[in-house]
Amino acid sequence: MIGGLGSFTMRFLKEVFIPPYEVEQIRKHMIELGMKTLPIVGVTGFIIGLVIAMQLSPVLKRFGAEAFLPGSVGISIVRELGPVICALIFAGRVSSGIGAELGSMRVTEQIDAMEVSGVNPFRYLVVTRIFATTFILPILTVYVIFISLIGAYIAVVLVQNMTWAYYLDRVIFAVEFGDAIPGVSKTFVFGFIVGLVGCYKGYTTENGTEGVGKASTSSVVVSSLLILIFDMFLVKLSLWIWPVVK
Amino acid sequence: MASGEVMIEVIDLHKSFNSNNVLDGISFNVDEAENMIVFGRSGTGKSVLLKCMIRLMEPDSGDIKIHGKDVLQLDIKELNELRKNIGFLFQGAALYDSMSVRENLEFPLIRNFDLEQKEIDERVHFVLEAVSLLEAIDKMPSELSGGMKKRIGLARSIITKPKLMFYDEPTTGLDPITAKEISVLIIDLQHQLKMTSVVVTHDLLCAKIIADRAIVLDDGKIVKEGSINDLVTSNDPFLKNFFSDEIIENNGSKI
Repeated sequence: MIGGLGSFTMRFLKEVFIPPYEVEQIRKHMIELGMKTLPIVGVTGFIIGLVIAMQLSPVLKRFGAEAFLPGSVGISIVRELGPVICALIFAGRVSSGIGAELGSMRVTEQIDAMEVSGVNPFRYLVVTRIFATTFILPILTVYVIFISLIGAYIAVVLVQNMTWAYYLDRVIFAVEFGDAIPGVSKTFVFGFIVGLVGCYKGYTTENGTEGVGKASTSSVVVSSLLILIFDMFLVKLSLWIWPVVK
Repeated sequence: MASGEVMIEVIDLHKSFNSNNVLDGISFNVDEAENMIVFGRSGTGKSVLLKCMIRLMEPDSGDIKIHGKDVLQLDIKELNELRKNIGFLFQGAALYDSMSVRENLEFPLIRNFDLEQKEIDERVHFVLEAVSLLEAIDKMPSELSGGMKKRIGLARSIITKPKLMFYDEPTTGLDPITAKEISVLIIDLQHQLKMTSVVVTHDLLCAKIIADRAIVLDDGKIVKEGSINDLVTSNDPFLKNFFSDEIIENNGSKI
């Protein structure tokens, strides 16, 4: 599979610069995928923010550091939880959808029909979707971070008497440029992974409807795993570029 | 009827999947404006032959020439140019699920030809009238029956006014009446648009309506070539066996 995914990536890199650029298709997929994922990542983000604040609150209290709760929550969400949780939910929702959609097109010969009509299906179906996932995930991540911070505020307000303005001020004070940029930037890579794996699994589907099911399931498994593996390296890289302790 | 000028030349074509020789040295010609039927039992490589001819599959060896062009030597740009003049009706019609009938029909025109919207609309209406489905113009493929899908698939494949048509089992999965209607429609369009056709089928009635000439495949080789009547009345044991089975399958339709 690694070889296949590698040559699929090479083909993407070869085709991505060749016109026509299918801007309209990219825009359509971005809206479609973004709208499809917006509610679920919003709910998840809210709950994650709430739970993290609820968990951290007694721990910080134990060390007499309750005042650091907004900052701790903010840094956790912005640096790691927001981007990774959003990417994993996105992978579950979108990668499986792309795998099933393209897989179904493959087994019903729709991709062949496109090729026969003189249209390059790789550029029309694959390049546009990978582009869309790469650029919509960072936007969704910013949204998730914001919603998570609201969720965390609800938890904070339950245990501490704190205004929204003060809470936000503490979060902004704690979260630095070096926290926000790597957190959001790595989601470009995660978005690329989600689109690439979903398209690869769907585009290379075999064995009829059974193959479509497998393509859908394995898209989620492989893309989630790759997100976590790449996160490990990207965290190391970001800490090297923007060290937390100066 | 055929004009005598060769449109397709297939020379010593080989294709295998692992150790299974699906096509084992296939050679034949199709003349311009001729309707050639490819017969054979399921799994004898009829669809593989069609897909190799248009390079949806790469053959292991051999030559394919369409209008004198060596198909296997064309680069992707030249191949796409050639494909613009070829129509292909897939077994399941292969309509794009996410597009309406109108969008399905417009798709090859918008992507490949620099046409005014007015001309695109005219062509869409022309082909839909030709297949008697003008009322389905704004429907989605999921709203169509199997026969309607085949008709729309046929409309989409002829909308670019191709010189050559490939049909992969055009009547499979249809009831006998709809199958006959599709076969008659194919031959009517063939006469109207003066196309050359290669039809893969094992439907005798369809073959009787469409064919000028037929070849029969078995074990990856052409076992017989000739007119439908020649094939059906042949004393060759394989052909006798094959056509008697096909007649039973086709509810007794006689040639």
